[in-house]
Amino acid sequence: MFNKYPWPTFLFAIIVWILLYSNLVVFADFVVSVLPVDPESHLGQALAFFIYDAPKVVLLLSGVVFFMGIINSWFTPEKTRALLAGRPLGLANILAASLGVVTPFCSCSAVPLFIGFVQAGIPLGVTFSFLIAAPMVNEIALTLLFGLFGWKIALLYLTLGLFVAIIGGIVLGRLHLEKYLEQWVQDIPTKQLSYESVNLTFPDRLQLGYIAVKDIVGKVWIYILIGIGVGAFIHGYIPENFLAAFMGKDVWWSVPLAVIIGIPMYSSAAGVIPVVQALLAKGAALGTALAFMMSVVALSLPEMIILRKVLTLKLIGIFISIVASGILLVGLIFNLVL
Amino acid sequence: MKTFKVLGGGCNNCKITFKLITDIADELGKTIEIEKVEDIQDIMAYDVMSTPGVVIDENVVHRGGIPTRKQVIEWIEKA
Repeated sequence: MFNKYPWPTFLFAIIVWILLYSNLVVFADFVVSVLPVDPESHLGQALAFFIYDAPKVVLLLSGVVFFMGIINSWFTPEKTRALLAGRPLGLANILAASLGVVTPFCSCSAVPLFIGFVQAGIPLGVTFSFLIAAPMVNEIALTLLFGLFGWKIALLYLTLGLFVAIIGGIVLGRLHLEKYLEQWVQDIPTKQLSYESVNLTFPDRLQLGYIAVKDIVGKVWIYILIGIGVGAFIHGYIPENFLAAFMGKDVWWSVPLAVIIGIPMYSSAAGVIPVVQALLAKGAALGTALAFMMSVVALSLPEMIILRKVLTLKLIGIFISIVASGILLVGLIFNLVL
Repeated sequence: MKTFKVLGGGCNNCKITFKLITDIADELGKTIEIEKVEDIQDIMAYDVMSTPGVVIDENVVHRGGIPTRKQVIEWIEKA
């Protein structure tokens, strides 16, 4: 469809999306009202949470992924690398973290991306700024935060995420860790790399947006359903304010614990946000919940296994410690200030 | 006859891309030579930063993501 009639299909898709989105509450109200369970019961509340959230999250996600698929088509990893090469440290870290937000990134491509940066002579700390920001601060996380919590929290997450990526990258760069790269990576000669931009027509880009929706929504929907399911369970079965006792802001150890639990876990931002929403509703502090979310999304066991091909265990350990400390700091400051 | 190479360390999209090219070549009744390049150092020799990448006769024609049917048909028809 996007091939043959790009513009009509595009407009049609937008109209359908708006119609669906504006009628979500009506639809959910109707479904909840015909459910054969008591709406005040635990099960009733859990189901209501699921029915209101699942379609909303899926619709928001499809919309954003479509637009970001189009925007991403301007930011290939090759272009990002060309933009980063030869910039002074500090500025390069800021740029790397920001480009991490808009450059399409999948942890399965982390290794070629890493090597590509090394080949261009981009300093290790700058590469790390990119690698921290790319999975953590992305369009999916930001839109869902915006859709479910409003613009303030979305903006806060963006700022704090970039802060962790920039500072984390600068610190890692200062530690001169090049010797802890795998030997074959250290031996890669840097070379002058040419960059040629690909010229795409707008219909081509629409097509890319559509492919992104198929690809990404096709991959993360299961995380979303699990996430909303867990959220629904917390919502229906955990008593009000129950979490305040150990995830509240007066509990100092809640943030480190949230970070430690979050590190090995792997989920797309789309899966963890409904959980965060339910945690907050039950009395968890915002700093604790955001720290949990950041550590789930930014650090994960599968990504570390992939990065093990280029980083020695020691470097992976240092990388995790620095990023985790950054997230910890953000969570603690947050709970203190708010 | 053209030689296709699909670059990528065994990710799912790489497998799909490989299958897409072989399937379309079959449909069009064209014989092509195709191989997978999975070793990261070999992949990097082509300077491909996002996989899957597609190489035809040692020229990189595609980087990152599954190519569209239209693209693949064009590549093979020109062969």
